[in-house]
Amino acid sequence: MPAGVVDPDIEAKLSVLRKRHGDVVSVSDISDVVESIMSSMKGDLTATDLEIYNELEALGRYIHEAKDDIAALRPDEVKDKYLPSATDELDAIVQATEVATNTIMDATELVEGVMGDVDSEVADKLMEATSTIYEACGFQDITGQRITKVCKALQDIEEKIDGLVTAFGSEIDKVKEAQLAKGEEDDAVTDKDLLNGPQLSDEAKSQEDIDALLASFD
Amino acid sequence: MAVDKNMNILIVDDYKTMLRILRNLLRQLGFNNIEDATDGSMALQKLRQAKFDFVISDWNMEPMTGIQLLREVRSDDSLKHLPFIMITAESKSENVIAAKEAGVSNYIVKPFNAETLKTKMSSVLGEF
Repeated sequence: MPAGVVDPDIEAKLSVLRKRHGDVVSVSDISDVVESIMSSMKGDLTATDLEIYNELEALGRYIHEAKDDIAALRPDEVKDKYLPSATDELDAIVQATEVATNTIMDATELVEGVMGDVDSEVADKLMEATSTIYEACGFQDITGQRITKVCKALQDIEEKIDGLVTAFGSEIDKVKEAQLAKGEEDDAVTDKDLLNGPQLSDEAKSQEDIDALLASFD
Repeated sequence: MAVDKNMNILIVDDYKTMLRILRNLLRQLGFNNIEDATDGSMALQKLRQAKFDFVISDWNMEPMTGIQLLREVRSDDSLKHLPFIMITAESKSENVIAAKEAGVSNYIVKPFNAETLKTKMSSVLGEF
């Protein structure tokens, strides 16, 4: 067969695959397509055919390994567990700084309220100090805007990961099952597991809860 | 001409703490007639319902941004001469240029201080 001319059998096979998958093949179907083409190669193989065969085989192997590697990263866990948790933590920062800022301003307004009761020299000093406090309280607006930007970036990442989870669904399930089986073997709590940082307000235990828990040991 | 400290000022920001900061700083500068709005559309509604003499607005708000509010104000015959200062964390040159082209009276970058607010207001209203 002259160079550049595709075997009619392979051409027919490619046409069937093109009809089934269209011009764009999803990541999860690439291995099947490659295997399909390889299995259609028959008869006397030329050196070029063998080279193509080897290249395709290597490509198939590479894709298979890449799929396993990506599935092992558990993109589903990133999407379902880590990203929502990160967004909640960031929201909690905005709320906490807002509460703190308002408390500072409540106190500053009280100071402003007594400025009329003191002599003008002291009142001027108080005015200057309270102005500075109000200016500094602007940090809440700036940090809030920055955190909102980060939350939006996290939303974009979540959408991309959603696509990955859809594409690698079955591989991820296999990894999940394997990890679950391993987890059942070693579920002892380590020191690292205890490093959780501050809890979100709806999950956090109150001092009363802690006292009750401590008392339960008596 | 002396600046009328009884003028009606509309402050616009989606952060309630920033509205409170602005209100307090303006009060310390002697201005007490202050109304607020949390986005451009609410501000526009207030501007069309009552007489205001000055607008201080943030840029980044939803659904209507500060620049959209500014364009609405400048295209409205009854509001187009209203002094309008933008106070925003958007500090890129392209933002300042866009605001200038839309007809902003002055532009303050956050974080800002009382002195800057006073200076920028003075540049529009005259010394006070």
